[in-house]
Amino acid sequence: MKYQSQKVAYAYFVVAMALFGVQVAGGLLAGWIYVAPNTLSEILPFNIIRMIHTNALIVWLLLGFFGAAYYLVPEESEREIFSVKLAYLQLAILVVGTLGAVGSYLVGIHGGREFLEQPLWVKFGILVAAVIFLVNISLTFLAGRKTAITNILLTGLWLLCLLWVFAFINPNNLSLDKLYWWMVIHLWVEATWELVMAAILGFLMLKLTGVDREVIEKWLYVIVATALFSGILGTGHHFYWIGAPGYWQWIGSIFSTFEVVPFFAMMSFAFVMVWKGRKNHPNKAALLWSLGSSTVAFFGAGVWGFLHTLHGVNFYTHGTQITAAHGHLAFYGAYVALNLAMFTYAMPHLRGRDPYNQVLNMVSFWLMTGGMAFMTFTLTFAGTIQTHMQRIVGDYYMEVQDQLGLFYMMRFGSGIAVVLGAILFIYSMLVVRREIVKPGPLAVPGE
Amino acid sequence: MPELLTKSRARNVFYGGSIFFVVVFVALTAQSHRHIVNNATAGMPLTEAVILGKHVWERHSCINCHTLHGEGAYFAPEVGNVMTRWGVMDDAEGAYEILDSWMQAQPSGIEGRRQMPHFEITEEEMRGLAEFLRWADQTDTQNWPPNDAG
Repeated sequence: MKYQSQKVAYAYFVVAMALFGVQVAGGLLAGWIYVAPNTLSEILPFNIIRMIHTNALIVWLLLGFFGAAYYLVPEESEREIFSVKLAYLQLAILVVGTLGAVGSYLVGIHGGREFLEQPLWVKFGILVAAVIFLVNISLTFLAGRKTAITNILLTGLWLLCLLWVFAFINPNNLSLDKLYWWMVIHLWVEATWELVMAAILGFLMLKLTGVDREVIEKWLYVIVATALFSGILGTGHHFYWIGAPGYWQWIGSIFSTFEVVPFFAMMSFAFVMVWKGRKNHPNKAALLWSLGSSTVAFFGAGVWGFLHTLHGVNFYTHGTQITAAHGHLAFYGAYVALNLAMFTYAMPHLRGRDPYNQVLNMVSFWLMTGGMAFMTFTLTFAGTIQTHMQRIVGDYYMEVQDQLGLFYMMRFGSGIAVVLGAILFIYSMLVVRREIVKPGPLAVPGE
Repeated sequence: MPELLTKSRARNVFYGGSIFFVVVFVALTAQSHRHIVNNATAGMPLTEAVILGKHVWERHSCINCHTLHGEGAYFAPEVGNVMTRWGVMDDAEGAYEILDSWMQAQPSGIEGRRQMPHFEITEEEMRGLAEFLRWADQTDTQNWPPNDAG
């Protein structure tokens, strides 16, 4: 850690990991309700649990992004953060807002725009926190060295904060509501967040592989160009069936086909950089998470997205478990694993010690990634059966769901693996103080 | 290759191209907005009852179990076409009665069956909710879903 103010990131990462725990616990509970539907149905209905699961995910990923920005912008700009106090104030607002939101959900106060269920005062809190963040990080950026990594990171973060304005706009016309809702939801995860992801991945590659900055930065621009060129008009794949004009079926199909490109490019980029780099960085776990993130993002966001994005396919698969399969693997690969890569890289610096307890961390990678992969497969099979029985044969929803019990049991099993992986990750980050694995006996040459 | 694709050229392509696609997207969105208001959702007036129903729908976060036009959670049936499925699309009174009797019977408490919570909803709100679901049902969704099952 070169700059004292980078320490702020530590607080962000700790809060993010706490919420990560809440998120996976909520997910596991929701998965259990699919198996045993009467669980908690009177006190804590499914819709509240699901809200906590999705909202906690979004908030912790954002906290991770903010923390990553506070960690890497000083290093890239070669100066301290403009105001450490503002950074902590921003975190405090977000923590109060998050606790307030969870509390209000538990007593039944919530909105009904999916993922944007926060009470109005929490939405304003998030807006204030976003403004504080943008001011703080932009002034740091403007005063120092400007690199492609910070250019792209700041572009992504500015745009994602600006798009938050659409969280306040809720037209009475349901179709317009949906049209503008996607300005937050799609343009976050399939456009602006990709810029943040590419910037953080570029930073990690720079640090972990030792490849020349010029090479990394040039390819970063190429990758984020393909992300926005495909992602912006790719929004059209959400406009097929909401009352929007029919031409979106063509625009959406064509451009979302291209949405595979940035994810393929990011995966290739990560592997080629590691291959070309000669640096033998000690933090192997961070490297594993970086490569894993770009690979799983390619499959989850790229391949599984493409699987049901063409309008002729989506007509049948829209809103089935296929969507759930894609959503889980895409979020895990692109944003969860990337954040965990950044935590894994930064934590040893933030805590002032060498990379340590790599083995536990890497075990958690395989547990979580294996769990998510299995979850994706089971949900894909469930979704295929559901699509056929419900959309082709015409059986009613609940009749079809009753046939899918076996898949939901297997999905719950994979959820257990993910939760164990998450607990292990958090434990290896925060609790373990020394290398756990003892070195084996030294080989004695010449005997 | 290196002289053709320099870092500054890559950067200019990124910024220039992105602005181009944003402009196209904004123009198409404006056109879609007009299409939705004037054509796709013009089959039924957007009355006070419909608007009230939308607020009722949102306040109880129905979207976190059901899907509406295919968006939402996948825990409970699609409701974008529920009025067609129930055969009361053109019958406001019938729509209210069947919705009200369904929701009053929840939660069913049947073991092994997914449970819909009980909601405190006044008669006016329930009528609004029924009207909102009928209003959503008349939207021109390009013939989605493929059948009445939703």
